[in-house]
Amino acid sequence: MENILQQIGIENYIYLSTLLFCVGIFGVLYRRNAIVMFMSIEIMLNAVNLLLVAFSTYHQDATGQVFVFFSMAVAAAEVAVGLAILVAVYRNLNNIDIDNLKNLKG
Amino acid sequence: MDTNLALLLLFAPFAGFLLNVFFGKKLGKGASGTLGTLAVATSFVVTLTFFLQVINTGKPVMVDLFEWLTLANFNVNFGFQLDQLSLLWLMFVTGIGTLIHVYSISYMHDDENMHKFFAYLNLFIFFMITLVIGSNLLIMFIGWEGVGLCSYLLIGFWYKNQDYNDAAKKAFIMNRIGDLGFLIGIFIIGYLFHSLDYTTIATALSSGAEVDATWLSIAALCLFIGACGKSAQLPLYTWLPDAMAGPTPVSALIHAATMVTAGIFMVTRMNFLFNLTPDVQTVIAVVGAITSLIAAAIGLVQNDIKKVLAYSTVSQLGLMFLALGLGAYEIAVFHVITHAFFKACLFLGSGSVIHALHGEQDMRNMGGLKGVMKITYITFLISTLAISGLPPFSGFFSKDEILMTAFHQNKVLWVIGSLASIMTAFYMFRLLYLTFYKDFRGTEEQKHHLHESPGLITFPLIVLAILALVGGVISLPGNSWLNHYLAPVLAKPAHHHELDGTAYMLMGIAVVGALIGIGVAYSKYIKQSAVPAQDSEITGFAKVLYNKFYVDEIYTAIIVNPIYAIGSFFRDVTEAAFSGFIFGLGKVANMLGSEGKTLQTGSIGFYLFAFVLGICSIVVYIFLAK
Amino acid sequence: MDISFVLIILLFGAAASYFVGDKWASKAALIFSTAAFAATAYLTYKYTGGASVSYIKTWVENPMIILGFQADSLSLTMLLLTTALTPIIILATFRNSINNSRTFYALILFMAFAMAGTFVSVDGFVYYIFWELSLIPIYFISLLWGNGDWESRKKAVVKFFIYTFAGSLFMLVAFIYLYQKGGNFLNTTLYRAILTDKEQFFIFLAFFLAYAIKIPIIPFHTWQANVYQKSPTAGTMLLSGIMLKMAIYSIIRWQLPIAPKPATEYMYVFVGLGIAGVIYGSILALKQTDIKKLLAYSSLAHVGLIAAGAYTLTLDGIRGAFLQMLAHGFVVVGLFYAAEIISRRYATGEISEMGGIRVQTPKFASMFMILVLASVAMPLTFNFIGEFELLYSMAQTHIWFAVIAGTTIILGAFYMLKMFQQVMLGEQNAKPFADVTFGEAFVFIAIIAVLIFFGIYPKPITEFITPELERLVRIINRFN
Repeated sequence: MENILQQIGIENYIYLSTLLFCVGIFGVLYRRNAIVMFMSIEIMLNAVNLLLVAFSTYHQDATGQVFVFFSMAVAAAEVAVGLAILVAVYRNLNNIDIDNLKNLKG
Repeated sequence: MDTNLALLLLFAPFAGFLLNVFFGKKLGKGASGTLGTLAVATSFVVTLTFFLQVINTGKPVMVDLFEWLTLANFNVNFGFQLDQLSLLWLMFVTGIGTLIHVYSISYMHDDENMHKFFAYLNLFIFFMITLVIGSNLLIMFIGWEGVGLCSYLLIGFWYKNQDYNDAAKKAFIMNRIGDLGFLIGIFIIGYLFHSLDYTTIATALSSGAEVDATWLSIAALCLFIGACGKSAQLPLYTWLPDAMAGPTPVSALIHAATMVTAGIFMVTRMNFLFNLTPDVQTVIAVVGAITSLIAAAIGLVQNDIKKVLAYSTVSQLGLMFLALGLGAYEIAVFHVITHAFFKACLFLGSGSVIHALHGEQDMRNMGGLKGVMKITYITFLISTLAISGLPPFSGFFSKDEILMTAFHQNKVLWVIGSLASIMTAFYMFRLLYLTFYKDFRGTEEQKHHLHESPGLITFPLIVLAILALVGGVISLPGNSWLNHYLAPVLAKPAHHHELDGTAYMLMGIAVVGALIGIGVAYSKYIKQSAVPAQDSEITGFAKVLYNKFYVDEIYTAIIVNPIYAIGSFFRDVTEAAFSGFIFGLGKVANMLGSEGKTLQTGSIGFYLFAFVLGICSIVVYIFLAK
Repeated sequence: MDISFVLIILLFGAAASYFVGDKWASKAALIFSTAAFAATAYLTYKYTGGASVSYIKTWVENPMIILGFQADSLSLTMLLLTTALTPIIILATFRNSINNSRTFYALILFMAFAMAGTFVSVDGFVYYIFWELSLIPIYFISLLWGNGDWESRKKAVVKFFIYTFAGSLFMLVAFIYLYQKGGNFLNTTLYRAILTDKEQFFIFLAFFLAYAIKIPIIPFHTWQANVYQKSPTAGTMLLSGIMLKMAIYSIIRWQLPIAPKPATEYMYVFVGLGIAGVIYGSILALKQTDIKKLLAYSSLAHVGLIAAGAYTLTLDGIRGAFLQMLAHGFVVVGLFYAAEIISRRYATGEISEMGGIRVQTPKFASMFMILVLASVAMPLTFNFIGEFELLYSMAQTHIWFAVIAGTTIILGAFYMLKMFQQVMLGEQNAKPFADVTFGEAFVFIAIIAVLIFFGIYPKPITEFITPELERLVRIINRFN
């Protein structure tokens, strides 16, 4: 029995995740709102996860899927820390526009 | 037994030095002086026993103590060689040394640091003995530097006076220039022969070992430079006249009789080496002759009694080097000995005069001392006659031998030497007349205090004057005990002059020359009662002579001042440049930092943009550049 | 008991001096440093009896680092120098009132510990750690207890720290590179490492930068005079007496055996640099008006000569360098102590304000004179032995080297006697000058006794070090 993933063909997964990744990059580059940037980063992360899962199935090797679990767990932790920072920033500055965060200017 | 005696010979003065340094002040002046004198007298007695032993057996006494320096190719031992030459030298070093110690007991009695004076004198004798009895060049070098040190300490004995300290420092540094030459010579000899022992080198040379002649000459020349420094030859002689700043017994012992003859000792010691380097011998002869002439010329016009004697010493040393250069080592040694007698006597006599005049040294303020200071006058007269080269005084024989040798080998050198001798006769009698004849020219107070010196001062004078009178017997023309005695230590047989017509003619010329010099002095200073002009009135060539050809000024201008100028340049320019370069490196880093920090705009968007751009360029580089 | 015991004593002594408090710190430091000296002497005795007193243990497996303290005649001699000078230096500080003295003495002992470690380590990595470790205490000693105003002192000391530290980093790079070749840092391994000419050249240069700055060889010397002047005298003594010997010792122990080819090929350059330092330092010393600066430049001249001798690659030169290191260590400590005594009593370092001291204290004048004479290499002092071998080795290499380097005996006499005359001689000084105390005289007498004993009878030392040096010289000249 053929898996649905195998029917579609690996190249399509690559195209999709590349697209998702680029969406993430442009989101990070063009948006000024920290929350949106954060979401864009998540999209990039998930693009990579998608690719990992796709290749894992393609190669019939479970390692990639294990790896995705790891990266999801790390992403969850990252979100927790990151959002906490953003909340702290919002309390101090009353907005979360990254153009205001220039205190580390050299 | 010999070893213990040799150690006693060496360490008696050293013990005297230590005792005087640590206990001299407590012992009191008389005891301290006696102690110092006894120490040297002990050495003299030991020397005498060795001397008689060597005359009887003819065999040198060798003592080897322990290994001192270890080098890759050879070792240097603490070893002593008591042979004919070193014992002869020790005889007059310790002998005259003892006399001068006796003299100093009285002469230095008013000085608060008398115990130090005797300590230094004893130390000097210790180093002089080391210099003479060493069995290799490096032991000689110990003594060589050591006597230089004592000379420094004694010239600057009255250390509160900075002029004296300058003179002491100058003597030390001038000597060190020569010492460097000596050291380089030692290096070359060590490299060539793999040994510094006299006997080993002599054997190697006489067995005809393959030795590079050029290097041998360079080594000989370097050794001679060392001798120039110590024995005050051109161009390193200027320290000796300044060294007269020291107490007069020091001038007599160190700067006339013993230390300054170390150069002659060294060349004689290494005669087997110098015999093989005729070019260097020529250099030695020419330097010696010119030195004797120039120093005599300067001596003609000096007015300080000790300065005249100092230049006369330089001049006589020049004559000795002339003899060495002509290969007549035994004649040079002969002149060293007679010179030690009469010059020590002259210096001590001048000290006696200075003592009587309470420190006055200018001859223009003396005169008429003949009547008050009879013993000083008579001994001084005998020595003056000896240095002028009149028979039968000792100086006549030695000086005549030198001139005769010069006559047979090179007429020009003979003329120069004879001229120097005539000048010597003139300035010595000038000194004698100005000091002892006519009327006293000093102050009334000085005149009131004029007196003959006490017995401790006159006794050495008498002994030395007798030696100056009869010293010539050790090497009479035609029948020389000295030549025979020294034969074992000289590589070539001694020069032997037949007592033929030429010899008598030369003697006659020398005597007539001396009489001319004396006559000129007589007519000027006795007949015309002339007194040398005051400093400001000296003009013309006499002024050049009086200022010693401005040699000191020239040295200052071309050596000392440039060194200081280079020092200023180093301090102000190169140090600042080096330092600036290092600080410059720091500044560059600092500047890069302050430029680089502007890249950190703080804009997160910019950072992210740079981040993505960087990733892209890495991707492009890895996947597409191939 | 092995050689690590000495290091432990010193380290423990540093801690002990700190914890006994300000009042007893100096005594504790003196006791522990003397104990270290006694232990070293005992170990040396055992070593000459044929026993092995080395300590070798693996420290880290990967990378392979060995905690190795090798006792051979060279390292033992240097250890003896370090542990002999440390109590002398501590004794020399006794008359000073020192703030926070427990830290001061702890730092001195810690410094001795680091320097001793540098001399005995056989593993390049451990050696490097000790080498850099010694920089930390001297930095604080000079900065916190130094002379002069804070700003200029800070500038001089920080410059010194960064300069020597930066130079040493090149050495670290060289060691890491050598590790790739050899598989461990042991010097015996590194001697055998097969290197191309180009590799040798760069490794030699990296070592040279580290050592040339530390010694210092011109033109890397600009930190020296200022730091010597600004440091407290104990710091100056540590720097000039022992620390710069670390670099010369390292040339003989590390640089030359590991990369001898460039040293052979460019021998004239390195010997020439050393000799240039002799002339340069001597002439600059003539122009100094501050007594400590004058001694600093004279030290520059002397170590230039030592370095030049080591770079001749001959047995005579290297042995001369070794002997002169010991002699110079003692004489320079003595001279700086004399300078300290004078400037403490007159409260100035300016030579022009001194003079006439000999009238006031003849004893001190005599001892100072002997040190001056030793410094100008008078025969029968230890310095003459070293200087003679050094100059002789240069004469073997090229006669002009010996002639030019030999001017040190003239120029040295010139500036030292000039200084002595201006400082000590002349009419009595108006300012009072207390006679030397027993403790002060003891320091001088100890130093003078060492200098004169080995000047007359250097055979114990030469016999002790020569076999090891011969082995090293064979390794150094393995390509010829």
